[in-house]
Amino acid sequence: MTSLRIFFIGGAISFRALFGWLTPAIYIPTMILTPIFQIIFFAYIGRAAGGRSDEFYVIGNALQYAAVPCLFAMASTIADERFWQTLGPILISPARRLPLFLGRALPVIVNGLLTCAVSLLVGGLLLGVHFPGRVWVTLVPVLLAATFSCTGLGLITAAIGLRVRETAVLSNVFIGLLLVFCGANVPLDDLPGAMSSISRVLPLTHAIEAARDVAAGASLGSVDSLLGREVLIGVVYSALGFGLIRFLEQQSRRLATLERV
Amino acid sequence: MSALRVVWSGFVMNLKMLGTSSFFLVTSVLQPVIFATVAFYMFKSGGRTGTLLYASLGAGMMGVWSTTLFGSGGMVQWQRWQGTLELGAAAPPTMTLIYLPFSVANAFTGMYAMAATLVWGRVVFGVPLHLVHPWLFLLSLPATVIALGLMGLVLASTFVLYRYANALANLLEYPVWIASGLVFSTSVLPAWTRPISWILPPYWGIQAIRNSALGGAVWGPLGMTVLLGLASLAISSFTFRWFEHLARSRATLSLT
Repeated sequence: MTSLRIFFIGGAISFRALFGWLTPAIYIPTMILTPIFQIIFFAYIGRAAGGRSDEFYVIGNALQYAAVPCLFAMASTIADERFWQTLGPILISPARRLPLFLGRALPVIVNGLLTCAVSLLVGGLLLGVHFPGRVWVTLVPVLLAATFSCTGLGLITAAIGLRVRETAVLSNVFIGLLLVFCGANVPLDDLPGAMSSISRVLPLTHAIEAARDVAAGASLGSVDSLLGREVLIGVVYSALGFGLIRFLEQQSRRLATLERV
Repeated sequence: MSALRVVWSGFVMNLKMLGTSSFFLVTSVLQPVIFATVAFYMFKSGGRTGTLLYASLGAGMMGVWSTTLFGSGGMVQWQRWQGTLELGAAAPPTMTLIYLPFSVANAFTGMYAMAATLVWGRVVFGVPLHLVHPWLFLLSLPATVIALGLMGLVLASTFVLYRYANALANLLEYPVWIASGLVFSTSVLPAWTRPISWILPPYWGIQAIRNSALGGAVWGPLGMTVLLGLASLAISSFTFRWFEHLARSRATLSLT
Protein backbone atom coordinates (compact mmCIF):
# COMPACT_ATOMS: atom_id res chain seq x y z
CA MET A 1 0.00 0.00 0.00
CA THR A 2 2.84 2.39 0.89
CA SER A 3 4.52 1.61 -2.41
CA LEU A 4 1.30 2.29 -4.28
CA ARG A 5 0.93 5.62 -2.48
CA ILE A 6 4.52 6.54 -3.31
CA PHE A 7 3.96 5.48 -6.91
CA PHE A 8 0.73 7.42 -7.59
CA ILE A 9 0.56 10.28 -5.08
CA GLY A 10 4.32 10.80 -4.79
CA GLY A 11 4.66 10.76 -8.57
CA ALA A 12 1.86 13.30 -9.04
CA ILE A 13 3.18 15.64 -6.32
CA SER A 14 6.70 15.42 -7.72
CA PHE A 15 5.46 16.27 -11.21
CA ARG A 16 3.49 19.26 -9.97
CA ALA A 17 6.37 20.50 -7.87
CA LEU A 18 9.25 19.97 -10.25
CA PHE A 19 7.92 20.33 -13.78
CA GLY A 20 8.43 24.08 -13.99
CA TRP A 21 6.50 24.31 -17.24
CA LEU A 22 3.12 23.69 -15.63
CA THR A 23 2.42 27.42 -15.56
CA PRO A 24 0.09 28.15 -18.51
CA ALA A 25 2.38 30.99 -19.63
CA ILE A 26 5.11 28.40 -20.22
CA TYR A 27 3.09 25.26 -20.88
CA ILE A 28 1.02 26.63 -23.76
CA PRO A 29 3.91 28.12 -25.78
CA THR A 30 6.24 25.20 -25.12
CA MET A 31 4.00 22.14 -25.11
CA ILE A 32 1.21 23.16 -27.45
CA LEU A 33 2.33 25.89 -29.84
CA THR A 34 5.97 24.92 -30.48
CA PRO A 35 5.24 21.36 -31.68
CA ILE A 36 2.63 22.76 -34.05
CA PHE A 37 5.18 25.18 -35.51
CA GLN A 38 7.69 22.31 -35.75
CA ILE A 39 5.18 20.29 -37.76
CA ILE A 40 4.46 23.22 -40.09
CA PHE A 41 8.16 23.97 -40.52
CA PHE A 42 9.11 20.45 -41.57
CA ALA A 43 5.99 19.99 -43.69
CA TYR A 44 6.95 23.08 -45.69
CA ILE A 45 10.54 21.88 -46.06
CA GLY A 46 9.06 18.60 -47.25
CA ARG A 47 7.00 20.43 -49.85
CA ALA A 48 10.00 22.48 -50.99
CA ALA A 49 12.26 19.43 -51.09
CA GLY A 50 9.76 17.34 -53.01
CA GLY A 51 9.54 14.93 -50.12
CA ARG A 52 6.65 13.00 -48.64
CA SER A 53 3.05 14.01 -47.95
CA ASP A 54 2.09 16.43 -45.18
CA GLU A 55 0.70 13.47 -43.22
CA PHE A 56 4.21 11.99 -43.05
CA TYR A 57 5.56 15.09 -41.33
CA VAL A 58 2.52 15.66 -39.11
CA ILE A 59 2.83 12.18 -37.62
CA GLY A 60 6.62 12.14 -37.47
CA ASN A 61 6.99 15.47 -35.73
CA ALA A 62 3.99 15.12 -33.40
CA LEU A 63 5.47 11.88 -32.06
CA GLN A 64 9.05 13.16 -32.06
CA TYR A 65 8.00 16.14 -29.94
CA ALA A 66 6.96 13.71 -27.20
CA ALA A 67 10.68 13.52 -26.49
CA VAL A 68 10.63 17.10 -25.18
CA PRO A 69 8.24 16.65 -22.23
CA CYS A 70 9.41 13.10 -21.55
CA LEU A 71 13.13 13.84 -21.44
CA PHE A 72 12.96 17.22 -19.73
CA ALA A 73 10.38 16.19 -17.14
CA MET A 74 12.18 12.98 -16.21
CA ALA A 75 15.52 14.75 -15.98
CA SER A 76 14.01 17.40 -13.73
CA THR A 77 12.77 14.75 -11.28
CA ILE A 78 16.35 14.37 -10.13
CA ALA A 79 18.20 17.46 -11.35
CA ASP A 80 15.66 19.86 -9.83
CA GLU A 81 15.47 17.95 -6.54
CA ARG A 82 19.22 18.27 -6.47
CA PHE A 83 19.06 21.99 -7.29
CA TRP A 84 16.55 22.63 -4.49
CA GLN A 85 18.65 20.53 -2.09
CA THR A 86 15.79 18.09 -1.50
CA LEU A 87 17.38 15.07 -3.15
CA GLY A 88 19.30 14.10 -0.02
CA PRO A 89 16.19 13.76 2.18
CA ILE A 90 14.52 11.68 -0.55
CA LEU A 91 17.44 9.33 -0.91
CA ILE A 92 17.82 8.76 2.82
CA SER A 93 14.10 7.98 3.12
CA PRO A 94 13.18 4.29 3.45
CA ALA A 95 10.91 4.47 0.37
CA ARG A 96 11.45 1.71 -2.14
CA ARG A 97 13.28 3.06 -5.15
CA LEU A 98 11.18 1.34 -7.82
CA PRO A 99 7.84 3.02 -6.98
CA LEU A 100 9.66 6.20 -6.06
CA PHE A 101 11.22 6.74 -9.47
CA LEU A 102 8.77 4.90 -11.72
CA GLY A 103 5.89 6.78 -10.06
CA ARG A 104 7.52 9.96 -11.24
CA ALA A 105 7.45 8.61 -14.79
CA LEU A 106 3.68 8.08 -14.92
CA PRO A 107 2.56 11.75 -15.10
CA VAL A 108 5.35 12.32 -17.62
CA ILE A 109 3.92 9.63 -19.88
CA VAL A 110 0.41 11.10 -19.58
CA ASN A 111 1.72 14.59 -20.35
CA GLY A 112 3.69 13.28 -23.33
CA LEU A 113 0.57 11.54 -24.63
CA LEU A 114 -1.41 14.76 -24.35
CA THR A 115 1.28 16.77 -26.15
CA CYS A 116 1.40 14.21 -28.97
CA ALA A 117 -2.37 14.08 -29.38
CA VAL A 118 -2.84 17.86 -29.44
CA SER A 119 0.03 18.27 -31.91
CA LEU A 120 -1.43 15.60 -34.18
CA LEU A 121 -4.89 17.13 -34.04
CA VAL A 122 -4.01 20.80 -34.51
CA GLY A 123 -1.05 20.21 -36.83
CA GLY A 124 -3.26 17.95 -38.94
CA LEU A 125 -6.09 20.47 -39.05
CA LEU A 126 -3.78 23.32 -40.08
CA LEU A 127 -2.25 21.29 -42.90
CA GLY A 128 -5.49 19.66 -44.01
CA VAL A 129 -4.58 16.19 -42.75
CA HIS A 130 -7.65 14.44 -41.40
CA PHE A 131 -7.54 11.36 -39.19
CA PRO A 132 -10.86 9.47 -38.91
CA GLY A 133 -12.18 8.57 -35.44
CA ARG A 134 -11.23 4.92 -35.88
CA VAL A 135 -7.62 5.94 -36.50
CA TRP A 136 -7.57 8.01 -33.30
CA VAL A 137 -8.70 5.02 -31.25
CA THR A 138 -5.97 2.86 -32.76
CA LEU A 139 -3.38 5.59 -32.33
CA VAL A 140 -3.80 5.80 -28.53
CA PRO A 141 -1.72 2.67 -27.73
CA VAL A 142 0.84 3.70 -30.34
CA LEU A 143 1.26 7.13 -28.73
CA LEU A 144 1.41 5.49 -25.31
CA ALA A 145 4.19 3.19 -26.47
CA ALA A 146 6.08 6.18 -27.91
CA THR A 147 5.85 8.23 -24.72
CA PHE A 148 6.70 5.18 -22.60
CA SER A 149 9.91 4.47 -24.52
CA CYS A 150 10.85 8.16 -24.48
CA THR A 151 10.30 8.25 -20.74
CA GLY A 152 12.66 5.27 -20.47
CA LEU A 153 15.32 7.35 -22.18
CA GLY A 154 14.38 10.20 -19.85
CA LEU A 155 15.07 7.92 -16.88
CA ILE A 156 18.63 7.56 -18.15
CA THR A 157 19.07 11.33 -18.38
CA ALA A 158 17.56 11.59 -14.89
CA ALA A 159 20.14 9.11 -13.62
CA ILE A 160 22.96 11.08 -15.22
CA GLY A 161 21.51 14.08 -13.35
CA LEU A 162 22.87 12.46 -10.19
CA ARG A 163 26.35 13.15 -11.48
CA VAL A 164 26.23 16.13 -13.87
CA ARG A 165 24.53 19.50 -13.55
CA GLU A 166 23.55 20.24 -17.15
CA THR A 167 20.79 17.70 -17.77
CA ALA A 168 18.98 20.25 -19.97
CA VAL A 169 21.94 20.17 -22.35
CA LEU A 170 21.91 16.38 -22.37
CA SER A 171 18.16 16.31 -23.05
CA ASN A 172 18.60 18.76 -25.92
CA VAL A 173 21.31 16.57 -27.42
CA PHE A 174 19.08 13.46 -27.23
CA ILE A 175 16.12 15.34 -28.71
CA GLY A 176 18.27 16.55 -31.59
CA LEU A 177 19.61 13.07 -32.24
CA LEU A 178 16.09 11.64 -32.23
CA LEU A 179 15.08 14.28 -34.77
CA VAL A 180 17.79 13.02 -37.12
CA PHE A 181 17.56 9.29 -36.44
CA CYS A 182 13.99 8.31 -35.61
CA GLY A 183 12.53 8.81 -39.08
CA ALA A 184 10.36 11.78 -38.16
CA ASN A 185 11.34 13.69 -41.28
CA VAL A 186 13.60 11.41 -43.29
CA PRO A 187 12.46 7.90 -44.20
CA LEU A 188 14.79 5.32 -42.66
CA ASP A 189 15.46 3.86 -46.12
CA ASP A 190 16.99 7.20 -47.15
CA LEU A 191 19.41 7.26 -44.21
CA PRO A 192 22.83 5.57 -44.55
CA GLY A 193 22.85 1.95 -43.36
CA ALA A 194 24.73 2.62 -40.13
CA MET A 195 22.36 5.43 -39.16
CA SER A 196 19.35 3.31 -40.02
CA SER A 197 20.69 0.53 -37.77
CA ILE A 198 21.07 2.97 -34.87
CA SER A 199 17.50 4.16 -35.47
CA ARG A 200 16.22 0.65 -34.81
CA VAL A 201 17.41 0.71 -31.20
CA LEU A 202 16.19 4.21 -30.40
CA PRO A 203 12.85 5.19 -28.90
CA LEU A 204 10.16 6.54 -31.25
CA THR A 205 11.37 4.93 -34.48
CA HIS A 206 8.99 1.98 -34.38
CA ALA A 207 6.12 4.00 -32.92
CA ILE A 208 6.36 6.56 -35.73
CA GLU A 209 6.37 3.77 -38.29
CA ALA A 210 3.38 2.15 -36.60
CA ALA A 211 1.49 5.45 -36.40
CA ARG A 212 2.00 6.04 -40.11
CA ASP A 213 0.75 2.53 -40.88
CA VAL A 214 -2.30 3.06 -38.66
CA ALA A 215 -3.04 6.39 -40.34
CA ALA A 216 -2.83 4.60 -43.68
CA GLY A 217 -5.56 2.21 -42.53
CA ALA A 218 -3.69 -0.63 -40.80
CA SER A 219 -5.29 -2.27 -37.80
CA LEU A 220 -3.67 -2.46 -34.39
CA GLY A 221 -3.03 -6.17 -34.92
CA SER A 222 -1.02 -5.55 -38.05
CA VAL A 223 1.37 -3.19 -36.28
CA ASP A 224 1.73 -5.29 -33.14
CA SER A 225 5.31 -6.28 -33.91
CA LEU A 226 6.31 -2.62 -34.29
CA LEU A 227 4.51 -1.78 -31.07
CA GLY A 228 6.12 -4.73 -29.31
CA ARG A 229 9.58 -3.56 -30.32
CA GLU A 230 8.82 0.00 -29.19
CA VAL A 231 7.62 -1.23 -25.79
CA LEU A 232 10.63 -3.55 -25.52
CA ILE A 233 12.95 -0.61 -26.21
CA GLY A 234 11.08 1.34 -23.53
CA VAL A 235 11.50 -1.51 -21.02
CA VAL A 236 15.22 -1.84 -21.79
CA TYR A 237 15.84 1.92 -21.48
CA SER A 238 13.77 2.07 -18.26
CA ALA A 239 15.70 -0.84 -16.77
CA LEU A 240 19.00 0.75 -17.78
CA GLY A 241 17.87 4.08 -16.36
CA PHE A 242 16.72 2.56 -13.09
CA GLY A 243 19.91 0.52 -12.78
CA LEU A 244 21.96 3.63 -13.48
CA ILE A 245 20.04 5.57 -10.82
CA ARG A 246 20.80 2.89 -8.22
CA PHE A 247 24.45 2.73 -9.26
CA LEU A 248 24.99 6.50 -9.33
CA GLU A 249 23.08 6.90 -6.05
CA GLN A 250 25.59 4.58 -4.41
CA GLN A 251 28.45 6.36 -6.14
CA SER A 252 27.18 9.76 -5.05
CA ARG A 253 27.12 8.58 -1.43
CA ARG A 254 30.60 7.13 -1.74
CA LEU A 255 32.11 10.13 -3.55
CA ALA A 256 29.99 12.76 -1.75
CA THR A 257 28.78 14.25 -5.04
CA LEU A 258 25.08 14.39 -4.23
CA GLU A 259 24.96 17.98 -3.05
CA ARG A 260 27.38 19.29 -5.64
CA VAL A 261 25.24 21.71 -7.65
CA MET B 1 34.28 57.38 -26.24
CA SER B 2 32.54 56.33 -23.05
CA ALA B 3 29.74 54.70 -25.08
CA LEU B 4 32.29 52.83 -27.20
CA ARG B 5 33.97 51.54 -24.05
CA VAL B 6 30.62 50.32 -22.71
CA VAL B 7 29.90 48.55 -26.01
CA TRP B 8 33.34 46.94 -26.22
CA SER B 9 33.40 45.86 -22.55
CA GLY B 10 29.88 44.44 -22.78
CA PHE B 11 30.72 42.59 -25.99
CA VAL B 12 33.85 40.96 -24.57
CA MET B 13 32.19 40.24 -21.22
CA ASN B 14 29.22 38.51 -22.83
CA LEU B 15 31.44 36.42 -25.11
CA LYS B 16 33.30 35.22 -22.01
CA MET B 17 30.06 34.42 -20.18
CA LEU B 18 28.62 32.59 -23.19
CA GLY B 19 31.80 30.57 -23.37
CA THR B 20 31.09 29.14 -19.92
CA SER B 21 27.45 28.19 -20.65
CA SER B 22 27.28 24.62 -21.86
CA PHE B 23 23.59 25.09 -22.75
CA PHE B 24 24.45 27.98 -25.03
CA LEU B 25 27.47 26.22 -26.48
CA VAL B 26 25.49 23.10 -27.32
CA THR B 27 22.75 25.23 -28.89
CA SER B 28 25.40 27.02 -30.95
CA VAL B 29 27.54 24.01 -31.81
CA LEU B 30 25.23 21.05 -32.15
CA GLN B 31 21.81 22.37 -33.09
CA PRO B 32 22.79 23.89 -36.46
CA VAL B 33 24.53 20.67 -37.44
CA ILE B 34 21.48 18.62 -36.46
CA PHE B 35 19.04 20.80 -38.38
CA ALA B 36 21.41 20.99 -41.33
CA THR B 37 21.65 17.18 -41.37
CA VAL B 38 17.86 16.80 -41.36
CA ALA B 39 17.50 19.43 -44.11
CA PHE B 40 20.23 17.82 -46.24
CA TYR B 41 18.63 14.39 -45.98
CA MET B 42 15.19 15.82 -46.71
CA PHE B 43 16.43 17.54 -49.87
CA LYS B 44 18.40 14.45 -50.90
CA SER B 45 15.40 12.27 -50.19
CA GLY B 46 13.25 14.54 -52.35
CA GLY B 47 15.78 14.28 -55.17
CA ARG B 48 16.66 17.99 -55.03
CA THR B 49 20.38 17.67 -54.35
CA GLY B 50 21.09 20.80 -56.43
CA THR B 51 19.56 22.84 -53.62
CA LEU B 52 21.92 21.61 -50.89
CA LEU B 53 23.89 24.89 -50.66
CA TYR B 54 20.53 26.68 -50.45
CA ALA B 55 19.58 24.41 -47.53
CA SER B 56 23.02 24.75 -45.99
CA LEU B 57 22.87 28.56 -45.90
CA GLY B 58 19.35 28.43 -44.48
CA ALA B 59 20.29 25.93 -41.78
CA GLY B 60 23.25 28.13 -40.84
CA MET B 61 20.98 31.15 -40.50
CA MET B 62 18.63 29.05 -38.36
CA GLY B 63 21.53 28.59 -35.98
CA VAL B 64 22.28 32.32 -35.96
CA TRP B 65 18.66 33.04 -35.08
CA SER B 66 18.57 30.37 -32.35
CA THR B 67 21.66 31.68 -30.62
CA THR B 68 20.39 35.25 -30.88
CA LEU B 69 17.01 34.27 -29.51
CA PHE B 70 18.22 32.13 -26.61
CA GLY B 71 21.04 34.54 -25.88
CA SER B 72 18.76 37.59 -25.86
CA GLY B 73 16.11 35.87 -23.79
CA GLY B 74 18.70 34.35 -21.55
CA MET B 75 20.79 37.45 -20.91
CA VAL B 76 17.98 39.30 -19.15
CA GLN B 77 16.85 36.16 -17.31
CA TRP B 78 20.38 35.23 -16.23
CA GLN B 79 21.03 38.76 -14.99
CA ARG B 80 17.75 38.61 -13.10
CA TRP B 81 18.80 35.35 -11.42
CA GLN B 82 22.24 36.70 -10.65
CA GLY B 83 20.81 39.93 -9.24
CA THR B 84 22.65 42.15 -11.71
CA LEU B 85 19.63 43.30 -13.74
CA GLU B 86 18.91 46.09 -11.26
CA LEU B 87 22.52 47.26 -11.52
CA GLY B 88 22.18 47.46 -15.29
CA ALA B 89 18.90 49.37 -14.98
CA ALA B 90 20.35 51.77 -12.41
CA ALA B 91 23.64 52.44 -14.26
CA PRO B 92 24.02 55.86 -15.93
CA PRO B 93 24.11 54.55 -19.55
CA THR B 94 20.73 53.66 -21.08
CA MET B 95 19.64 50.02 -20.93
CA THR B 96 19.80 49.93 -24.73
CA LEU B 97 23.48 50.83 -24.65
CA ILE B 98 24.16 48.28 -21.93
CA TYR B 99 22.38 45.41 -23.68
CA LEU B 100 23.31 46.30 -27.26
CA PRO B 101 26.79 44.69 -27.02
CA PHE B 102 25.30 41.67 -25.24
CA SER B 103 22.83 41.08 -28.03
CA VAL B 104 25.39 41.62 -30.79
CA ALA B 105 27.75 39.19 -29.00
CA ASN B 106 24.98 36.58 -29.00
CA ALA B 107 24.47 36.99 -32.73
CA PHE B 108 28.24 37.07 -33.29
CA THR B 109 28.51 33.69 -31.60
CA GLY B 110 25.82 32.55 -33.99
CA MET B 111 28.18 33.18 -36.89
CA TYR B 112 29.84 29.99 -35.77
CA ALA B 113 26.58 28.24 -36.63
CA MET B 114 26.86 29.40 -40.21
CA ALA B 115 30.51 28.34 -40.45
CA ALA B 116 29.81 24.96 -38.82
CA THR B 117 26.89 24.26 -41.12
CA LEU B 118 28.84 25.12 -44.26
CA VAL B 119 31.82 23.02 -43.18
CA TRP B 120 29.55 20.13 -42.14
CA GLY B 121 27.75 20.27 -45.47
CA ARG B 122 31.05 20.35 -47.38
CA VAL B 123 32.74 17.54 -45.44
CA VAL B 124 29.83 15.15 -44.85
CA PHE B 125 27.50 15.83 -47.76
CA GLY B 126 29.92 17.19 -50.34
CA VAL B 127 28.00 20.44 -50.76
CA PRO B 128 30.05 22.67 -53.07
CA LEU B 129 31.12 25.95 -51.51
CA HIS B 130 31.41 27.94 -54.70
CA LEU B 131 30.25 31.50 -53.97
CA VAL B 132 29.18 33.65 -56.93
CA HIS B 133 29.96 36.95 -55.14
CA PRO B 134 32.40 36.08 -52.32
CA TRP B 135 33.02 39.70 -51.28
CA LEU B 136 29.32 40.47 -51.13
CA PHE B 137 28.87 37.29 -49.13
CA LEU B 138 31.48 38.51 -46.64
CA LEU B 139 29.56 41.79 -46.42
CA SER B 140 26.08 40.27 -46.22
CA LEU B 141 26.87 37.78 -43.47
CA PRO B 142 28.05 40.21 -40.75
CA ALA B 143 25.40 42.76 -41.76
CA THR B 144 22.70 40.10 -41.30
CA VAL B 145 24.18 38.85 -38.06
CA ILE B 146 24.29 42.39 -36.62
CA ALA B 147 20.71 43.04 -37.81
CA LEU B 148 19.61 39.85 -36.05
CA GLY B 149 21.43 41.00 -32.94
CA LEU B 150 19.51 44.28 -33.06
CA MET B 151 16.26 42.37 -33.54
CA GLY B 152 17.25 40.33 -30.50
CA LEU B 153 17.61 43.59 -28.61
CA VAL B 154 13.91 44.35 -29.17
CA LEU B 155 13.06 40.89 -27.81
CA ALA B 156 15.39 41.34 -24.87
CA SER B 157 13.57 44.54 -23.93
CA THR B 158 10.28 42.64 -23.67
CA PHE B 159 11.96 40.08 -21.42
CA VAL B 160 12.51 42.86 -18.88
CA LEU B 161 8.77 42.64 -18.27
CA TYR B 162 8.11 39.02 -19.19
CA ARG B 163 9.43 36.60 -16.59
CA TYR B 164 8.92 33.52 -18.74
CA ALA B 165 11.43 34.67 -21.31
CA ASN B 166 12.64 31.17 -22.09
CA ALA B 167 9.16 30.03 -23.04
CA LEU B 168 8.80 32.99 -25.38
CA ALA B 169 12.20 32.22 -26.83
CA ASN B 170 11.16 28.59 -27.44
CA LEU B 171 7.99 29.77 -29.12
CA LEU B 172 9.63 32.29 -31.45
CA GLU B 173 12.25 29.97 -32.91
CA TYR B 174 10.19 28.10 -35.50
CA PRO B 175 7.85 30.97 -36.55
CA VAL B 176 10.79 33.20 -37.52
CA TRP B 177 12.45 30.31 -39.36
CA ILE B 178 9.21 29.78 -41.25
CA ALA B 179 8.27 33.41 -41.95
CA SER B 180 11.83 34.30 -43.00
CA GLY B 181 11.93 31.46 -45.52
CA LEU B 182 15.31 30.30 -44.31
CA VAL B 183 15.12 26.80 -45.80
CA PHE B 184 12.25 27.19 -48.27
CA SER B 185 10.83 30.02 -50.31
CA THR B 186 8.14 32.08 -48.58
CA SER B 187 6.13 31.84 -51.83
CA VAL B 188 4.85 28.47 -50.55
CA LEU B 189 3.37 30.15 -47.46
CA PRO B 190 -0.14 31.64 -47.36
CA ALA B 191 -0.33 35.17 -48.82
CA TRP B 192 -1.33 36.73 -45.49
CA THR B 193 2.06 35.85 -44.02
CA ARG B 194 3.99 38.05 -46.53
CA PRO B 195 3.80 41.32 -44.54
CA ILE B 196 5.13 39.43 -41.51
CA SER B 197 8.09 38.24 -43.57
CA TRP B 198 8.79 41.73 -44.92
CA ILE B 199 9.33 43.24 -41.48
CA LEU B 200 11.80 40.54 -40.39
CA PRO B 201 15.51 41.30 -40.89
CA PRO B 202 16.38 37.59 -41.41
CA TYR B 203 13.95 37.45 -44.37
CA TRP B 204 16.06 40.05 -46.22
CA GLY B 205 19.32 38.87 -44.70
CA ILE B 206 19.00 35.32 -46.00
CA GLN B 207 18.12 36.71 -49.44
CA ALA B 208 21.26 38.84 -49.42
CA ILE B 209 23.38 35.89 -48.27
CA ARG B 210 21.76 33.43 -50.63
CA ASN B 211 21.96 35.74 -53.65
CA SER B 212 25.59 36.54 -52.95
CA ALA B 213 26.31 32.81 -52.80
CA LEU B 214 24.09 31.52 -55.56
CA GLY B 215 23.66 34.60 -57.76
CA GLY B 216 21.02 37.32 -57.86
CA ALA B 217 20.42 40.83 -56.59
CA VAL B 218 22.27 41.48 -53.32
CA TRP B 219 22.22 45.22 -52.67
CA GLY B 220 18.43 45.56 -52.39
CA PRO B 221 17.98 42.84 -49.72
CA LEU B 222 21.19 43.98 -48.01
CA GLY B 223 19.88 47.53 -47.81
CA MET B 224 16.62 46.30 -46.32
CA THR B 225 18.54 44.21 -43.78
CA VAL B 226 20.53 47.24 -42.65
CA LEU B 227 17.42 49.43 -42.61
CA LEU B 228 15.41 46.97 -40.52
CA GLY B 229 18.38 46.49 -38.22
CA LEU B 230 18.51 50.24 -37.58
CA ALA B 231 14.74 50.30 -37.13
CA SER B 232 15.12 47.52 -34.53
CA LEU B 233 17.70 49.60 -32.70
CA ALA B 234 15.36 52.60 -32.67
CA ILE B 235 12.42 50.48 -31.47
CA SER B 236 14.50 48.82 -28.77
CA SER B 237 15.72 52.16 -27.39
CA PHE B 238 12.07 53.15 -27.00
CA THR B 239 10.85 49.81 -25.63
CA PHE B 240 13.75 49.49 -23.19
CA ARG B 241 12.89 52.91 -21.73
CA TRP B 242 9.19 52.10 -21.61
CA PHE B 243 9.50 48.58 -20.17
CA GLU B 244 12.13 49.69 -17.66
CA HIS B 245 9.74 52.38 -16.49
CA LEU B 246 6.88 49.83 -16.19
CA ALA B 247 9.10 47.31 -14.38
CA ARG B 248 10.23 49.99 -11.92
CA SER B 249 6.71 51.28 -11.26
CA ARG B 250 5.36 47.73 -10.76
CA ALA B 251 8.46 46.68 -8.83
CA THR B 252 8.83 43.55 -10.99
CA LEU B 253 12.38 44.04 -12.23
CA SER B 254 13.96 41.50 -9.94
CA LEU B 255 11.10 38.98 -9.74
CA THR B 256 12.33 35.54 -10.73
